[in-house]
Amino acid sequence: MTVYDALVQPFVEFGFMRRALVACLALGLSCGPVGTLLVLRRMSLAGDAMAHALLPGAAVAFLLVGLSLPAMSLGAFIAALAVAALAGGVARFTAQREDASLAGFYLIALAAGVMLISLRGNSVDLMRVLFGSILAVDDAALLLVAGVASASLLVLALVWRPLLVECFDPNFLRAVGGRGALHHQLFLVLLVANLVAGFQALGTLMAVGLLMLPAIAARCWAHGVGRLSVVAFGIATACGWGGLLLSYHFGLPSGPAIVLLAGGVYLVSLAVGPRDSLRARFITAHRHRTA
Amino acid sequence: MNLLHRRHLLLGALALPAFVQAQDAPLQVVASFSLLADMVAQVGGPAVQVHALVGPDADAHAFTPAPADAQRLAKAGLIVVNGLGFEGWIDRLVKASGSKAPVLVASSGITLRRVAGHTDPHAWQSLVAAQRYVENIRAALVAALGTTRPAQAAAIDARAKAYTAQLAALDTRVRARLAAIPPAQRRIVTSHDAFGYLADAWGLEMRAAQGWTSAGEPSAADVARLIRQLKAQQARALFVENISDPRLVERIAREAGASVGGTLYSDALSPPGTRADSYLKLMTHNADTLLAALAPAPALAPAAAPTAAPTADNSRR
Repeated sequence: MTVYDALVQPFVEFGFMRRALVACLALGLSCGPVGTLLVLRRMSLAGDAMAHALLPGAAVAFLLVGLSLPAMSLGAFIAALAVAALAGGVARFTAQREDASLAGFYLIALAAGVMLISLRGNSVDLMRVLFGSILAVDDAALLLVAGVASASLLVLALVWRPLLVECFDPNFLRAVGGRGALHHQLFLVLLVANLVAGFQALGTLMAVGLLMLPAIAARCWAHGVGRLSVVAFGIATACGWGGLLLSYHFGLPSGPAIVLLAGGVYLVSLAVGPRDSLRARFITAHRHRTA
Repeated sequence: MNLLHRRHLLLGALALPAFVQAQDAPLQVVASFSLLADMVAQVGGPAVQVHALVGPDADAHAFTPAPADAQRLAKAGLIVVNGLGFEGWIDRLVKASGSKAPVLVASSGITLRRVAGHTDPHAWQSLVAAQRYVENIRAALVAALGTTRPAQAAAIDARAKAYTAQLAALDTRVRARLAAIPPAQRRIVTSHDAFGYLADAWGLEMRAAQGWTSAGEPSAADVARLIRQLKAQQARALFVENISDPRLVERIAREAGASVGGTLYSDALSPPGTRADSYLKLMTHNADTLLAALAPAPALAPAAAPTAAPTADNSRR
């Protein structure tokens, strides 16, 4: 098998492989910066919580309309935003911390979603919502993913600076008259939109993998939010490409293959990356001592 | 009926009250899934009351029993299962429920079909095997009702005979229409390999899009292999059935240049009031859908008219 056969030929021969790759590319484009910002804002687990909060909305839409992309996306979007708004509201009006109330509401949403699907559908439907199938990406799903990615990048370009300032120095932003809360809400909307797009392609569980793992791994390679975003995008795309090839050559399920590859990249980055890694901690420190 | 009733009252004066109650009420039968439940209801008529553990449009591979299911089994007078490993969960469930009811394996006595070392459990997809199912169910119902109700037993015999005749008539009709299609053109691919018995019985060449069960996500390798296969064999149609991911099948069909042939029902009836809500309607629908996909359009039109079933309807879902 030549290198061309191994790495390129499957995408030349099969349209479904090209579609899956384009979906990963588009997801990576917006998940890179969104994931990076999540890590910077110490909201790494919020992505996971929001992904679970999608479930009841998608379930209600699925039960009402059937397997319809616009209905399920809209339902999921509304449910996740509702959970975010409720958690934010509780945090604002009570002494509860936002992460605690988010955990509370997402667990309610998750259980409600599983309950709804079990009552009316069957567990095959549940598997479809939870795990999706990147190989079955059709025109509508591809348009949704690409549209969300483009819109996310545009919005991020508009509010990039205030978002960053709010990450590092919220008091300064307030002092210069920036509206930190508004930008926070906008960022949550972006996060949910990206998760909804990812869930159509990869399923609710795997979508978070492509959002978070490249962004966390990027921290071992780059410094500065812009570079972090670019590296995260690169890792996400490479994992999409590599995961699809693994799935193609070794007969592995594609969604888990992509996310596990991203997990592998994270572990390797953690071990040998030039920054914030084990190598940086032990080997470089040792060298300093001997020098 | 009146006479029968009076005799039960007489018996009641002598026998245990619980025994009498059981004699008066219809026989409670629990069937493992919707298709079997329909067969039992067709044969048993008013003498039985049937409950299906796995209802219409649900997947028996992914069934999780509820406590109510165990209660129904405990109260049942007869349990009907398909066997051949189709209901992997049934033995434990029956044991856990403490049910003393006899368990009928409806598929016993059929000609088995083996795939890759496993026995293919989907035998009801052959109308010939289904006639054996009906005979097994008839014998078990008559045995369960006992010798005390000869009138009901006779009615069950008559119903079984009429039902078997209907199944045989459908089989003959489909075979006659399939005979007009050259064997080389009877190539079909489905998203679930539940149709092995159907293919064997009617001389079709069937390939599956997914593995042995509907559990698990297909890999890119599986999809690629199938597209290559569809192109190489010039398969006529690709079928979506009621429990797998239809988007994937449509993707594959479009890429391979085959048509999506409509819905074939495999392991579950459709909900009551829809087009495949009984076993006979399900098999009629499957046959019509297959014939519509295989036969050249002009030849089909006059033959398909009397059945009046909607065929090749892609709009559902």
